[in-house]
Amino acid sequence: MKVTKIPFMAMRKVVALISITLILISIASLATKGIKFGLDFTGGTLIEVSYQQAPQLDDVRGLLDKGGYSDVVVQNFGSPTDVVVRMANAYTPELGSQVLATLEDSGNVSVSLKRSEFVGAQVGEELREQGGLGMLLALLIVMIYVAVRFQFKFSVASVVALIHDVTITLGFFSLFGYEFDLTVLAAILALIGYSLNDTIVVCDRIRENFRILRDIKPYDLINLSINQTLGRTIITSLTTLFTLFVLFFYGGESIHNFALALLFGILIGTYSSIFVAANLLLTMKVTREDLIPAPKEQLEDELP
Amino acid sequence: MLNKYPLWKYLLILLVLALGVIYAVPNLYPDDPALQISTQKATAVVDERTLEKAKKALSDADINLKKAELTSAGGTLRFNSGEDQLAAKPVVAAALGDNYVTALNLVPTTPNWLASIGAGPAKLGLDLRGGVHFLLQVDMPAALKQKLDVASSEMKAALRKDRVRYRSVTIDNGVLSIRFLQEGDLDRAESLLKDQFGEYVYSTRQNGSDYYLDAGFTEASRKSIESYAIQQNLTTLRNRVNELGVAEPLVQRQGSDRIVVELPGVQDTAAAKRIIGATANLEFHLEAGLDDQGGDVETLNFRNGSGRTARLDRDIIITGDSVSDASSSFDENGRPQVNISLDSKGGQKMAKVTRAAVGRNMAVVFIEHKSRTRFVKTDGKLEEVRKSYSEKGIISLATIQTTLGNSFRITGLDSPRESSELALLLRAGALAAPIYFVEERTIGPSLGAENIHLGMVSAQIGLLVVMLFMLVYYRVFGIFANVSLVLNVVLLLACMSVLGATLTLPGIAGIVLTMGMAVDANVLIFSRIKEELANGTPSHQAIHSGFNRAFTTIFDANITTLLVAVILFAVGTGSVKGFAVTLSLGILTSMFTAIVVTRAQVNLVYGGRPNKKLYI
Repeated sequence: MKVTKIPFMAMRKVVALISITLILISIASLATKGIKFGLDFTGGTLIEVSYQQAPQLDDVRGLLDKGGYSDVVVQNFGSPTDVVVRMANAYTPELGSQVLATLEDSGNVSVSLKRSEFVGAQVGEELREQGGLGMLLALLIVMIYVAVRFQFKFSVASVVALIHDVTITLGFFSLFGYEFDLTVLAAILALIGYSLNDTIVVCDRIRENFRILRDIKPYDLINLSINQTLGRTIITSLTTLFTLFVLFFYGGESIHNFALALLFGILIGTYSSIFVAANLLLTMKVTREDLIPAPKEQLEDELP
Repeated sequence: MLNKYPLWKYLLILLVLALGVIYAVPNLYPDDPALQISTQKATAVVDERTLEKAKKALSDADINLKKAELTSAGGTLRFNSGEDQLAAKPVVAAALGDNYVTALNLVPTTPNWLASIGAGPAKLGLDLRGGVHFLLQVDMPAALKQKLDVASSEMKAALRKDRVRYRSVTIDNGVLSIRFLQEGDLDRAESLLKDQFGEYVYSTRQNGSDYYLDAGFTEASRKSIESYAIQQNLTTLRNRVNELGVAEPLVQRQGSDRIVVELPGVQDTAAAKRIIGATANLEFHLEAGLDDQGGDVETLNFRNGSGRTARLDRDIIITGDSVSDASSSFDENGRPQVNISLDSKGGQKMAKVTRAAVGRNMAVVFIEHKSRTRFVKTDGKLEEVRKSYSEKGIISLATIQTTLGNSFRITGLDSPRESSELALLLRAGALAAPIYFVEERTIGPSLGAENIHLGMVSAQIGLLVVMLFMLVYYRVFGIFANVSLVLNVVLLLACMSVLGATLTLPGIAGIVLTMGMAVDANVLIFSRIKEELANGTPSHQAIHSGFNRAFTTIFDANITTLLVAVILFAVGTGSVKGFAVTLSLGILTSMFTAIVVTRAQVNLVYGGRPNKKLYI
């Protein structure tokens, strides 16, 4: 395999524009549409039942309406025979079995309860707070670690790249109205880990090249480093994407959105580790001296 | 430059891998659905005769039994399928009677020699096994109010005894206020109560012509009441869960005022919830005399809905807390009854009161502390408002024929179910403070089995796809990476089993994701080797520096991911924690397999030979 010579940094202005546009769209969507939080975060009641034969959802709704349940959302879940019933905060301990009884009422329908979940509004609110805090904490720890192992400019670059990935993935979920539940939060945190992994590999190469190559401008050096790690970046992203596709198609409905968040996030993460972090390093004018303390002779030379 | 490991290094790697295989193997043996028979009673034992009885009942009911055995915990009946197990439970429970507890369980089928070295399958989470998860909130304001209720009657008695005149006592928002008309009474009351009830802080105020003495909790006493309430509730809940007959239940404190209860394999969630959340208790009162009136008498309804009422003396003889044992049975007329034995202190009290009251009526009052949740819109936001209240009803009113002692029975219950649940609650003890459900998840057994199936299928396909890709792309080195990848999964499973970590569906997703990411370290190393080769470095030198130079990159990249996984573990709950566990363990095991195990293979194949072309 030959090392490619793609002039990535020549596209930096165009790429920056794309990134900024994506982020602005994401923020606009998050601000206006918000995120469609799942049961874990909003609180409420959810009942999943399985029918022997696929029911008409309108019939199910009518039945529930007659049973006195208002404000109910009825949806298929994964397959036409599986139905999910969501309710706002109305909860009694026997609700699950009551709803089941209501659904069975329609003549000789055989319905079985697959799961029922109830989350109190208070718990949901706390979880939302905790999740947000977790994300911030993750970013903070990453920033400290990179600052210690590399250097401050690298730490800023990688954290900005992470915020870029997380914001756009959240924006994607907001824009298309995908449900954001606890597994998606887990996916976002895993994404922080994964995307950082990618960025660090590139930064590591940049640091190494600064040490071994002399007489090369930062601009060319960064280009070279990205090209050198490009093969690895693409292969690892591919194998990870393969497994995520498998989870997306075979993992079942309950981790569908988890896989979706990671699939999208890793595409963005791969893009950002090639373009965003390196771009920022160049903007912040990273130099050899940032990584290697200036040798003594140079100092002496400057003396009159 | 020869790429060779010393012999001891190969042996060490082999040892680690062999241990990994041994501890991962039990996961291949699926658990048997089983019934666990145990007893809480001192008078009953689980022995061969018990098992014979169960076996006979099962063969009468035409249910296939796989194996019956005695263990240290009691008896175990193994079945071939989950359906057999479910059908068998009521049959066995009926055959063995009230003295035994029958619990649904999954029993490992790990061969003995593996079990003897501590190997066993990884625990399955509720989403793979089915069962219920509850998060209960202990109602602390109610606990404090209960404490003040008790204090208020004690303080009143103390004031009356010393002839201090007070007008009224009210409890509001955790503060007890006593109203006086004279300043002198206030001063005497203050010094008296400060002396006798030191655990409260007192303050005085004047409102119009009235004087008030306010008693509130000190920070220390509030804390101790709260911690007592949660400890006591934990104990009670554990007792109740044991009575329910659930194998491997989890009852655990979470945070300052919450309790998690997990019951794997439970089918009848409604019954479980009724028993866990029940705050029922009993109180024994004498019927008030005709000339008793005012604040010392309360009028209560009968529970059977007949509309009858009775006037009762407010003083409590004993409560359900004095009950040492209770069991349900039927009286001569076939009506449900509860037989009660009191502890010695309760028995003495009961004897003392009833001796002086032969011929009077005694009432058994059933109390339930409940709470009602309503949603109120304030400032456009929906807010939960919770109101606690007690429901009291008389279950029986009977004439005291003779002095009552330590044991007696009560009747007047609606159904056998009610009598057996009341007996259970009396045995397990009352909750020190009311609780309510803030989270509940029920996973049916069919969904659990489906999730296991989905997880297994995605893991297999995921593994296959990644291996195929590596093989095509890296050829011989792809084989090395694939061997390492498979060993990584084996080691990961072994670690899960040894650490007793719980496997959940997101956990399986974590394993699948790890497969995709675990090859990363090998990809990094191999790209380096290719680069070196492209620069014209001889193959041995290329291998050596490829491994060496990729190491710091792999290390830095993995440590940060590990840090994030740890945060995820701290933030997440339940099944998501399972994801964090497999992700972080996967990072650690993959670093070992991708670096050390791959290197060992490369060394074994290329090590002894002179430089030659590498198929990479």
